[in-house]
Amino acid sequence: MMPAEPSSARPSLHADVTVTRGERRIAAAFDVVPGHPLAVIGPNGAGKSSVLAAIAGLVPLDAGEVRIGSRRVDGLPPERRRIGVVFQDYVLFPHLSVRDNVAFAARMRGGSRSAARAVAEPWLARYDLTALADRLPAELSGGQAQRVALARALAADPDVLLLDEPMSALDVEVRADMRAELATHVREFGGATVLVTHSPADAAALADSVLVLERGLVTQRGTLAELRAAPATAYVERMLAASVE
Amino acid sequence: MTAVAVLALAVLVLPLVALVARAPWAELPELLARESVLQALVLSFVTATAATGLCLVLGVPLATLLARAADWPTVPRRLLRAAVTVPLVLPPVVGGIALLMLLGRRGLVGSVLEDWFGVTVPFTSGAVVLAQVFVSLPFLVFAVEGALRSADRRTEGAAATLGASRWQVFRHVTLPLVAPGVAAGAVLCFSRALGEFGATITFAGSLPGVTRTLPIASYLAMQSDPDEAVALALLLLAVSVAVLLGLRDRWLPGVRG
Repeated sequence: MMPAEPSSARPSLHADVTVTRGERRIAAAFDVVPGHPLAVIGPNGAGKSSVLAAIAGLVPLDAGEVRIGSRRVDGLPPERRRIGVVFQDYVLFPHLSVRDNVAFAARMRGGSRSAARAVAEPWLARYDLTALADRLPAELSGGQAQRVALARALAADPDVLLLDEPMSALDVEVRADMRAELATHVREFGGATVLVTHSPADAAALADSVLVLERGLVTQRGTLAELRAAPATAYVERMLAASVE
Repeated sequence: MTAVAVLALAVLVLPLVALVARAPWAELPELLARESVLQALVLSFVTATAATGLCLVLGVPLATLLARAADWPTVPRRLLRAAVTVPLVLPPVVGGIALLMLLGRRGLVGSVLEDWFGVTVPFTSGAVVLAQVFVSLPFLVFAVEGALRSADRRTEGAAATLGASRWQVFRHVTLPLVAPGVAAGAVLCFSRALGEFGATITFAGSLPGVTRTLPIASYLAMQSDPDEAVALALLLLAVSVAVLLGLRDRWLPGVRG
């Protein structure tokens, strides 16, 4: 994949996280370089989302570290990590318009409401949201909400982008189109990107390599072609066989 | 079955119908303009407003604690909930006596206040407010707690990843999301405070202009001037109906029939 222009300036992500969710202990370690997104793939309940939440600082680490370039961030609260997240179901602010959702990060940096809205304007234009700017999240389609979630995260100018099941809230008919669109946006972002999904099709379109997480543990890492050539577990084999998308 | 239901409805509605039917409508303007009525009216609105304000300041953090207690161990969680629920089920007079035991001249804290600072709490307008806070705080706490529980907690995490500090998360996300619950709680709280009688008369007495609120004035007037009592009762009924209408349309969409 052609690295986008600003990617050389962006740092890579080093994650080595161990977290406990309920009864399960989840451990995963990986590096992601800018412009080469990684897909974390695995069955439901494997702990994929917990890994993202740990990197973002939303759940505490039992052990390990998270570094962005030379900056160690695992001791920092989420608001100081510069990690953008597109959440599962997008988790837009229901009480704010599309414009104010996208302007949120600028507002938090201390700008006035109008200054923050001015910052949001080019992002709205870029993600084709200008016509929807005054709508509330409840009035958006799934695809529109996804664009808002992405614009909101990237408008904060993060070093790293995390996407948690970004396609799962979309209708099946629009998925292929949205996947291609999202791939374009991820490429444009150009920074270190981690995507959680259970769909090999998402991984193929959006990521360069794949990390398989099963029951809290990494069972395989490689490109999809490498996984196909030598699936390490029965799950990998079944998953790849089932996806003829 | 249906007959019993109709009877039950009659039990609820007929007394109010009678109140409206027997009201001295012609003399109403004159009755409501009386000095004693106006005095009670002003006192009631001022104290109930102060009590609502105090409930907001105290109740929102308590509601937050109660909502977070969801992941506490069972025993402390139930104790906390029980403590907040007590004033709802306790006869208000008991609340008034309890407040006297705490803040009365010979009360646990009251004696200290009296001896060291020369401050006397009972039988003042401040005591009226305290009695109202005691009985109405649970209404606010439970309304806000319900709103907190139904708000998607993940929005707070999302805000943090966008650079919001804890205070900014509260100010820009949590508070706006629970605002309807806070408003509903405040209105319920106000109407409960406005109607407070038992705890107030026990703890604060019935001094005209100082502690004689609308319900107390209405009760006392019943013995001397029933027409005035009915007029005051109508006034309280009107406020209650207004609260009900306001809540139905704007703040409690879930309760709409």
